[in-house]
Amino acid sequence: MNFWINVLSAGVGNGTALLFATMGELLAERAGVLNLGVEGMMLVGAVTAYSTAFATGDPWIGLLAGMLAGALLSLLHAFVVITLRADQVVSGLSLTFLGIGLALVFGEGLASARGVPTIPTLSIPLLAQIPFLGPIFFDNKSVLVYFGYLLIPAVWFYVYRTRAGLHLRAIGEYPAAADSLGIDVYLWRYFYVLVGGLMAGFAGGAITLSITPGWFSEFTTSGFGWIAIALVIFAQWDPVRAAFGSYLFGSLRRFTLDVQGVQDVFGIANPFFFDRNLQFFLEMLPYALTVIVLILGSRAAIRKRLGAPAALGIPYVRGERGLL
Amino acid sequence: MTEAIRPSPTTPKPRGFRFPFSMKLESRLETPRWLPWATTLGSVIFALLVTAVILLAVGADPVRSFRAIYLAAFGDSYVFSDTLVKATPLILTGLACLLAFRMRLWNIGAEGQFYLGAWGATLIVEAVLGQDAPGWVFIPLMLVSGFVFGAVWGFVPGILKARFGVNEIITTLMLNYISLYWVAYWVFGSWSERGFQMTPMFPRQAWLPRLMDYSAILKPFAGMTVHLGFLFALLAVVGVWYLLTRTRFGYEIRLIGDNPNAAKYAGVNIAAMTIFVFMLSGGLAGIAGMSEVTGVVHRLQDRISPGYGFTAIIIAWLAKLNPWAVIPVAIIFGGLLIGSREIQPSGLARMLQGILLFALISTEVLNRYRVRVERVKM
Repeated sequence: MNFWINVLSAGVGNGTALLFATMGELLAERAGVLNLGVEGMMLVGAVTAYSTAFATGDPWIGLLAGMLAGALLSLLHAFVVITLRADQVVSGLSLTFLGIGLALVFGEGLASARGVPTIPTLSIPLLAQIPFLGPIFFDNKSVLVYFGYLLIPAVWFYVYRTRAGLHLRAIGEYPAAADSLGIDVYLWRYFYVLVGGLMAGFAGGAITLSITPGWFSEFTTSGFGWIAIALVIFAQWDPVRAAFGSYLFGSLRRFTLDVQGVQDVFGIANPFFFDRNLQFFLEMLPYALTVIVLILGSRAAIRKRLGAPAALGIPYVRGERGLL
Repeated sequence: MTEAIRPSPTTPKPRGFRFPFSMKLESRLETPRWLPWATTLGSVIFALLVTAVILLAVGADPVRSFRAIYLAAFGDSYVFSDTLVKATPLILTGLACLLAFRMRLWNIGAEGQFYLGAWGATLIVEAVLGQDAPGWVFIPLMLVSGFVFGAVWGFVPGILKARFGVNEIITTLMLNYISLYWVAYWVFGSWSERGFQMTPMFPRQAWLPRLMDYSAILKPFAGMTVHLGFLFALLAVVGVWYLLTRTRFGYEIRLIGDNPNAAKYAGVNIAAMTIFVFMLSGGLAGIAGMSEVTGVVHRLQDRISPGYGFTAIIIAWLAKLNPWAVIPVAIIFGGLLIGSREIQPSGLARMLQGILLFALISTEVLNRYRVRVERVKM
């Protein structure tokens, strides 16, 4: 029992970084802009947050700087794909390269930084006492984890229950119709790509300042940005499913570590405890599962005819023959 | 406001203010032949300039850095030979990307397919032939094995895309991570040499011949590290060029890439082509891996690739998906790899690549559209 509490509890922490990155990407894709640069934005956010926190001694200023850095990169993507109408796939990939390169150059020597402040943790007095759920969700958690809890209903409400959310969906499904209603498609697409960048920067900062404090060059984010993109597809662009997937993958990350420490699982001798080399298969697990999740996601999408936002990946050109 | 696109709609405009210029993109009916190459050259210069500014910002001397890279990569015939050695896997993985991209299949997995190819070649030494087989058995068999395992790694995203419509960008990327751990499992485990994270050295017959091996016959070859893999790479260029431009198969690839709907109505089996092109692409990257372990490293070890498969994406793009152009572009990038070993900060080459790719896709717009900036009448 303790084993699972530990795994899920750490999963909620890991999952928070994924959650923010996934939600940001979800909003951008809902507006019709695919941004494959999440990994790059996260890394730049991570390095900026960490180095700023190191320089100023304040983790919150660091986190803010990380968000701004992520946003700045996302604007580049927005300009290239919205204004210049370049291919969103190629631009997103370039953003990843650029982000990794920038993070490596600016993160040079940062790995040896000591005494970098981290985001404080917090226990919720009564809720933390609930058996099983208490220690998983409310005991000694980073403040950012609670931000995550608030984010989920907020995004859900925004997308499905507000006028702005309705406009957001319209822009992603049928931009020409949205445009004819006086909604500024270009402006709002810029806005949502920017929000995606802010959230990816936040996710990067959350990793270096709270979840796994430290700078480990490009391994800091270890593919979280890509997993976030896959989770958006898996979640079929729904915020609640996205949150569920984020925490699930966060837990998996910890599971692969913890499972090597137990001698037997359900009474069977644990092979991962006795053969250290099998750890490499455990390390494959999140990536393999991402592929499986994608397969499940796309099959369900085919079944339910509930696919991507119709205008995802297509530049909008006012007055040009409608692509939709 | 007519059809103009406002240049910076990022900030909500305060009332009463209009940005004094508006930018118009007008479709070009025809692109002049020289224009794509001119914009490419412009992008390269732009990327170098931006990199120089960033280098200045972190306190390095850009002129000295660039000069050091140039001398380390192209300074004399010996370092140029090393550059060609680095260019070999880049040409092959670049072709792998090019072939897939031509069909608008985003194979970002050349890195993983490279590792599987390297693993496949090592499998022949470790498990199939042993130590004593002659070279004329070793090399063809390793070549085939490298190709096959690379192709298997390409088959997975291929069939997932064709059968379930799974996004190939993410599957190929995830397979990259998986391939790293797969190789790690073997080189840390049963293939490990005395617990080090590498296999024992391959027997001499399993090495690809290098120019220096013939220095007894031709003196100037002494110290030249260029190996047979470079020839494989050149042959692959010819092969891919022939395939794309002179065969029905290549015509179908280009047709799907340019207009998938037209291809569908013309009766092209897109699902089968997706799988096949992915396998061919993976196989080419696999040969790159094979050539690297048999021609350069002479053993399999953890993380043998400094990101060849990712650089390949940029190479394919810089070459404008033209197989012949892959050769010079790969040589320049090989030089960049050799040169950037010498200088700090170490992420410089990656950053330069990112900026370059961005500059390229941004200037691409100049090829497709005529950009007109007009003063808005107040």
